Amino acid sequence: MGKNKLVIFGLTVLAIFVLLAAAAPLLAPYGPDEIVASQTLPPSFSHFFGTDDLGRDLFSRALFGARVSLSVGLVAVLISIVIGTLFGSLAGYYGGFFDSVIMRFVDVMLAFPSIFLILAIQAMLTPNIYNVMVVIGLTSWMGVARLVRGEFLRIRELQYVEAARAIGCSDRRIIFRHILPNAQAPIIVAGTLGMAGAILTESALSFLGLGVQPPMASWGNMLMDSQAYMFDAPWLAIIPGLLILVTVLSLYFVGEGIREKLDVRQ
Amino acid sequence: MRKYFIKRLLQLIPLLIGISLISFFVMHLAPGDPTALFIDPNVRPEELARVRANWGLDQPVYIQYFLWLKNACLLDFGQSYTTGQPVIYEIAQRLPVTLLLMVPAFLITLLITIPVGVISAVRKGSWFDNTVTFLSFTGMAMPTFWLGLMLMLLFSVKLHWFPAVGNLILPLLTMTLGNLAGLTRYQRSAMLEVLGQDFIRAARAKGLPERVVIFKHALRNALIPIVTILGLSLPDLFGGAFIIETIFAWPGMGRLGVQSIFQRDYPVIMGIVMFSALLIVIANLLADLGYSLVDPRIRYGKE
Repeated sequence: MGKNKLVIFGLTVLAIFVLLAAAAPLLAPYGPDEIVASQTLPPSFSHFFGTDDLGRDLFSRALFGARVSLSVGLVAVLISIVIGTLFGSLAGYYGGFFDSVIMRFVDVMLAFPSIFLILAIQAMLTPNIYNVMVVIGLTSWMGVARLVRGEFLRIRELQYVEAARAIGCSDRRIIFRHILPNAQAPIIVAGTLGMAGAILTESALSFLGLGVQPPMASWGNMLMDSQAYMFDAPWLAIIPGLLILVTVLSLYFVGEGIREKLDVRQ
Repeated sequence: MRKYFIKRLLQLIPLLIGISLISFFVMHLAPGDPTALFIDPNVRPEELARVRANWGLDQPVYIQYFLWLKNACLLDFGQSYTTGQPVIYEIAQRLPVTLLLMVPAFLITLLITIPVGVISAVRKGSWFDNTVTFLSFTGMAMPTFWLGLMLMLLFSVKLHWFPAVGNLILPLLTMTLGNLAGLTRYQRSAMLEVLGQDFIRAARAKGLPERVVIFKHALRNALIPIVTILGLSLPDLFGGAFIIETIFAWPGMGRLGVQSIFQRDYPVIMGIVMFSALLIVIANLLADLGYSLVDPRIRYGKE
């Protein structure tokens, strides 16, 4: 019912955004760094989203920015899922010493004020799109690890796993071929919501100047200077934020939808 | 109970050491040198060496770490590179300013989130619930800093109600709204889960008035998970402070933190990391203890 509509809305928006991002060079009326006006211009027919403080076309920048923001979100979440799944499976499957060491490490990582850690690391490195992906991925895998560990603790006691062990399957085979596929659903949900989180983190980092560096456009760094032009050019602050909002919202809808469909408990 | 509490407190020590270890090494092994930012590049090499020695930067990193750890155990976190003041003093000065923001934000969130989440769950599917659900999803999907910018745009630029910076209302509003969305959603699902359980059906079946069912039977149980989440939301609140204080030029710890990062002020960064980590682990510990307070079935330390 209503829930399904939201999932369809989310999937549609994401599909459109991905297509627009992929086709950015074909669709953008101007180059992302091309200076097309001598000042900020409000949205109009020649510039759908107006122009920014340097006179660049905001619509073109938003299209190219979509590529950056979406790929940062995707790659970061893939990193976090790989690490989280690996640690979570090892801890859950083997238990004991492995489990204590990994889970203590998770506790340490969770006690960090994560945004501050990310900011600090970014400031030390020379920020660029790649280390934004890596740093967000490296600081957001803990939830996945806990989740996967829980699933493994549950599944490893099931009879079919015992059967697999009885016929002499190796640990590796049991972990990757027998247990992991059955733990997929919650990982997919966590991945969808995690991508939403990664996009939000990227935007905050880039807004503070510690993420994706200009002139490369991302939705976050398009907001960077907007605060200074709030009086004269409020669209500079409104438009990129709305794009982030709609994307993240769509990811939430899709994630919640999958959760409901697959009956995943949090 | 007391034994359990002491055990948990002792467990914090390796945790905090782990945190300090990771942050110290990440910072000091990163390329670049803080002196580059403070010292005139034309200064004589021997002068530079003197400053570096003064800050201990000429030592190997592990020696620097042990010195830091030794002093930190005595609550001496060194001096800020920028102001020369003790880090402890810098933090102590900014902390009340941040708390002025965080404490009211926390309390207002609590006051709104519980009734709204409960009503939403009890009237599931009503227009009230739908509106709350819509608003909380939207709230969760917004970058906090953008919410701040939008509030600034509305209340300072358009309506001229509050000045854009240096005023408590806007950062407080941003922090509260940012935190409210997720928690309300959480309270709603906690309440929904309890309402679906057998003992609620039993309570209704024996003819108890709905009011009693909701408040005496359901709400009490729905508050248990929210206690943990409140504990866990403290770090979020704290994390939000870094960005909110920066955009509203609010002179608290968050802004100090962001400034110290840009200035590579290692001692201040370390001080703030340790202070916030301490706050986070204590909040988690209190949340665990709060558990046993709201749910007498949970007793720690008794096997």
